Amino acid sequence: METVRYIVSRLLQSLFALFCIIAITFFIARLAPGGPFLDDKAVPEHLIKQMEVNYGLDKPLVVQFAKYLGKLVQGDLGPSFGNKGFTVNDIIAQGWPVSAVIGFLGLAIALALGIPVGIIAASRRNTNVDYTLMGVAMLGICLPTFVIGPLLGLFFGLKLDWFDVAGWENSSAWILASLTLGLYYAAYIARLTRGSMLDVLNQDYIRTARAKGVAPLKVLFKHAFRGGISPVVAYLGPALAGLIGGSFVVEQIFGLPGLGQHFVKAATNRDYWLINGTVTVIAVLILAMNLVVDLIQVWLDPRRKLKS
Amino acid sequence: MTTPPPISAVEHAAAEIERGSSLGRDAWYRLQKNKLAMISLWIFIIITIACMVVPFFPGIPNPNKTYPDLKSMDAFQSAVSKDGDKIFYLLGSDYLGRDIFSRILYGGRVSLGVGFLATLVSLTIGVIYGAVAGFIGGKLDSAMMRVVDILYALPFLIIVIILTTFFGNKLWLLFVCIGAVEWLTMSRIVRGQVLSLKNQEFVEAARSLGLSNWRIIIRHLIPNTVGPVIVYTTLTVPAVMRLEAILSFLGLGIQPPNSSWGSLIKEGADRMVSDQALLIYPSIVFAATLFALNFLGDGLRDALDPKTSKD
Repeated sequence: METVRYIVSRLLQSLFALFCIIAITFFIARLAPGGPFLDDKAVPEHLIKQMEVNYGLDKPLVVQFAKYLGKLVQGDLGPSFGNKGFTVNDIIAQGWPVSAVIGFLGLAIALALGIPVGIIAASRRNTNVDYTLMGVAMLGICLPTFVIGPLLGLFFGLKLDWFDVAGWENSSAWILASLTLGLYYAAYIARLTRGSMLDVLNQDYIRTARAKGVAPLKVLFKHAFRGGISPVVAYLGPALAGLIGGSFVVEQIFGLPGLGQHFVKAATNRDYWLINGTVTVIAVLILAMNLVVDLIQVWLDPRRKLKS
Repeated sequence: MTTPPPISAVEHAAAEIERGSSLGRDAWYRLQKNKLAMISLWIFIIITIACMVVPFFPGIPNPNKTYPDLKSMDAFQSAVSKDGDKIFYLLGSDYLGRDIFSRILYGGRVSLGVGFLATLVSLTIGVIYGAVAGFIGGKLDSAMMRVVDILYALPFLIIVIILTTFFGNKLWLLFVCIGAVEWLTMSRIVRGQVLSLKNQEFVEAARSLGLSNWRIIIRHLIPNTVGPVIVYTTLTVPAVMRLEAILSFLGLGIQPPNSSWGSLIKEGADRMVSDQALLIYPSIVFAATLFALNFLGDGLRDALDPKTSKD
């Protein structure tokens, strides 16, 4: 019962947050100078007026916002100004899988690399193993994706010829792109895991477990892991938000047709509905992820008594 | 029976102890013992000074001047261009004949400048927001922290992209945009500090003297949070510089022919097959700066808070 109430209250909070995000993007976009029909060529005033009437941009902003929300609830994200003949739904349906695959693969790589490295470093604290691993992790944090990306491309793609450096058709470009994206988060997660594992390993119940003769590996994975992993789980929400944004950059590096290219173009050309649509989809994903993360955390640490 | 020491000597000793060592001096002492942090500090100082001062030296070419006849020169070469400029290329020239060394220096002024100013913006917002939330407490506190939670879930990069494209590529705007999205963690840290400070006697004393809330926050609470704030500031600067570089990489930050480290790396990445120097030199300088700042931040954390050090 308590759990259900918690989930419902968190859902309501997320919906409210979603509404805020949609409203903020909508009004920022509309209050910014410039418009979707301003071109390099001078377009006659009356044509612009006509276009605005056609797209319903002449009505008061609040009315437009209400209409937009009404359509959004029905799953209609509106037309795209910049891509004639396409709706925002079309464009997102086309670009989203690319960004999502790279983002989630990147997250998987980050977790698969970061957590073991963090645990090993923590269990070999202040040894050369620890220093080396944390040095490499720091390298991963300091080298930006757009340095790692081209370097990886240069090395694996051109020198070793293992992967294709660009192009979506060839699935190997995914791997390189996801690796590029995931390395920073792997490094961050490794540092996070090490820190929290050390915290946990210094606690009394671990000493008790060791004192009664539990095998070291069992102490590490059975007793310490659950507590030590909690900050990493908490970080998953922000990490995913960062990964989605970061995938925009990685797509640019490897020339992948994800949402990123559309989004930057849309923002530059004031393609209002495409901007709003992209932000909405991403916000839904991130809020859902945060909800899941909260629930996992409660399961990991029941002391955190579902306080809403 | 020994005679007690003269009172003046006791006072003197007491004064000595009082002067003894401040928190700051202790921290500085501990920091000096941390080799990695000190090396980082020096690397950072050298890079900063080089970017600020060296461009004024004679013999440093204009970073934006192109020499079509001096394309892709190797490092350590001097050459005379058609219009009679004598140039020494310390790191070679790029695909337009521009001096890579001087472009890196000028790019560094933008990158470091954005790093510091945007951090200052985020510092100001974060510290005041966190201190107010923590000090007032109650409903206001939980509402303010809910807002932070919601903002945490936002894809920052996307918001910054929206803000910079909508309001033009002005440099000052970049500071504000980046600063405006980077204050969240700072506000949490300061709030936590203020929560643990606000029930201590010195705050009560200040209140019983009739000081206003605002004055207590500004004069008595915020100065006491300075340790964690310094540490986190040191770690915010590289984060902000990364963000600026990403924006420049996407073509939204600094506009050509001007450069920042991000836009230089972008140029290098675009031409990495033909000329790797364009990618490698700016990347090294950029990574070295971020390295230095991150290690310095870690070192400062150990120095200012010996309890949690080594973790």
